[in-house]
Amino acid sequence: MTTPKVALFVTCLGDQFYPQVGECVVEVLRRLGVEVTFNPAQTCCGQPAFNTGYRQEAKEVAAGVLDLFEDADYVVCPSGSCGSMVRVFYPELFADEPRQLAKWERLRGRFFEFSEFLVSVLKVEDVGARFPHRVTYHDSCHLLRELGIADQPRKLLRQVRGLELVEMDDEKACCGFGGTFSTKFAEVSVAMGEDKLDAAAKAGAEFLVANDAGCLMHLAGLIHRQGSPLKTRHLAEVLASQ
Amino acid sequence: MPDTGVHSNEIHELGNRALADAHLQEAYRSSTLRLYGHRREALREVLDWERLRARAQAIKREVTEHLDYYLEQFADQIERRGGHVHWAGTGEEACAIVLDIARRAGAREAVKAKSMVGEELELNQALEAGGVRAVETDLGEFIIQLAGERPAHIVAPAIHMTRRDVSRLFVSRLQAEPTEEPERLTAIARRALREMFAKAGLGLSGGNFLVAETGTLVLVENEGNIRFCTTAPRVHVALVGIEKLIPRFEDLGVFLRLLGRSSTGQKLTTYTSLLTGPRRPGEDGPEEMHVVLVDNGRVATLADPKMREALYCIRCGACLNTCPVYRKIGGHAYGWVYSGPIGALVTPQLAGLGQARELPFASSLCGACRDVCPVKINIPDLLLHLRSEAQEKTPRLRGTPRGERTAMRIWAAVMKRPRLYALATRLARWGQPLFTRRGWIRHVPFYPASRWTEGRDFPALAPKSFRERWEEEIGNRK
Repeated sequence: MTTPKVALFVTCLGDQFYPQVGECVVEVLRRLGVEVTFNPAQTCCGQPAFNTGYRQEAKEVAAGVLDLFEDADYVVCPSGSCGSMVRVFYPELFADEPRQLAKWERLRGRFFEFSEFLVSVLKVEDVGARFPHRVTYHDSCHLLRELGIADQPRKLLRQVRGLELVEMDDEKACCGFGGTFSTKFAEVSVAMGEDKLDAAAKAGAEFLVANDAGCLMHLAGLIHRQGSPLKTRHLAEVLASQ
Repeated sequence: MPDTGVHSNEIHELGNRALADAHLQEAYRSSTLRLYGHRREALREVLDWERLRARAQAIKREVTEHLDYYLEQFADQIERRGGHVHWAGTGEEACAIVLDIARRAGAREAVKAKSMVGEELELNQALEAGGVRAVETDLGEFIIQLAGERPAHIVAPAIHMTRRDVSRLFVSRLQAEPTEEPERLTAIARRALREMFAKAGLGLSGGNFLVAETGTLVLVENEGNIRFCTTAPRVHVALVGIEKLIPRFEDLGVFLRLLGRSSTGQKLTTYTSLLTGPRRPGEDGPEEMHVVLVDNGRVATLADPKMREALYCIRCGACLNTCPVYRKIGGHAYGWVYSGPIGALVTPQLAGLGQARELPFASSLCGACRDVCPVKINIPDLLLHLRSEAQEKTPRLRGTPRGERTAMRIWAAVMKRPRLYALATRLARWGQPLFTRRGWIRHVPFYPASRWTEGRDFPALAPKSFRERWEEEIGNRK
């Protein structure tokens, strides 16, 4: 393969709250000989509006995404939520707009979540990382159930030097973030998050790793409020560690 | 919560009350985990589970898209064998039909097998008002009837009660001896029901499936009370939602393999009854058999090309057992008869979205329900659809914050304009030191972030956004 050109879709939460995640994605990709571009015209995939039932607003924002990546070989995104929005929900959103649907058709085959890109496209599992800690991996719901991605993050984590991967009980249970669910049903959201943190503690994990900024914000926020010793990391941060 | 009317828009208060009740939390946690675990065990031995699910979905799609044809076929078949078919457009009509049958039969007492449709129609209340005393014979329904409550689960109506709760109820309402042994509790219930079993001139049931090809009503149970209710009294009336149809007798092979396992982890329930009309000469059974086919909003659901998928449901309850939200807020928080993920679809359809506009939002859209649904209903997708319907067609619920639509419009207006977005976030960074301490925000005074910070901290915006760092540095590195 000639040097693949990857356009980064960094996500709104990544851009504003976790820029280090984007930075780590870039670092890992460059380490593997991939050229990375970033189109600053990107903002958000539109999911917050779609999730809350405001389809018109979601369409207006999502339309922007369809125009961003005409030239890229691949688009890589460090989020299962945003990945699902683009790959799974855009055709529903634009069901009665054939021009947008056509643009989506041209994008969907090139749009990948980060761990999926590494393992299924680049066929790499060892990215030269070192992270000597006890780690448990949380399957975020959209990544797991909409995109069907569960093996790839684990394959990558197993190749990280010094990393001990332990599974939580009920590792596929929702953490309780759920987008606007986290504020509309805040108490239930927190209760679900607490269950997840209990499971991580029971597994004896030092770090909880996930592939979605939403899940991580919610769990990290809970950890910080409660003063728990558990730490969180995005998968990209672990893979960039050396 | 009163056991009549629709209270689904009270889900926030009801849910929070459930969350604060440690005893209730433990009851739901242990019961749902047990049912979920049994289901998992039962699936291990079925090699072609996914193929079964796909087949069931296809059969349900077929029958739903030709419901009028199959309904006619069912009616025709059962009438040929001496059954009577009644068509009930509304709940009131259905109750009136049952009362009329009771009157003509001269029945003042009825024994009732579990029927979710019966709960939906508030049949027991209508019967009481019409001078017919109806007693629930299913243990779980008997318990909640005694407690004056609605079912808390589609399959296990008293799932929210521990044995101790049940014992306390029996002591208070039946003057029974306290006990926590299941066999003794069942015996106490049986004793209370004994005289009703002898007297009742009318037996009422629901229906799990209606087979169009043969005119057969199919009922599954573990206790044996359905057997009794549908065979001992002189008159049997079954209330069945029109969506319970399946086309052919052989299709039962698919559904019976799915239902028990999905529901309680059983290969088959203890009894499976196939009733095709009243008794023939020389047989045991009722002299009269009536099937009341209930619409009550199902036809309107059928007309909706998106929502009609919700009619595939075979009422197994698997989605409830797996739902992390149901496990926390419990069945009563959904405010009506059907709870959990399927309840969030069915209640707006049958009771109207206006009465239940908060239900579609009571989900994190995790999709665990879709994974376990034996007929592969795409529940999260339908919930998303209902959310947009709710925003477009129903007013904001009183007590929920104003301005959500306006906030979304502003959000979209900013997000469509990358430079405005960059500017707005830079301004937010500039202003945020007022709220942040060491990278975290403990309290945001405005909605929706205020709800977040009630229970969690909120991260501060990073000192520099990714786009700023790319511009300054990352973009220039190789």
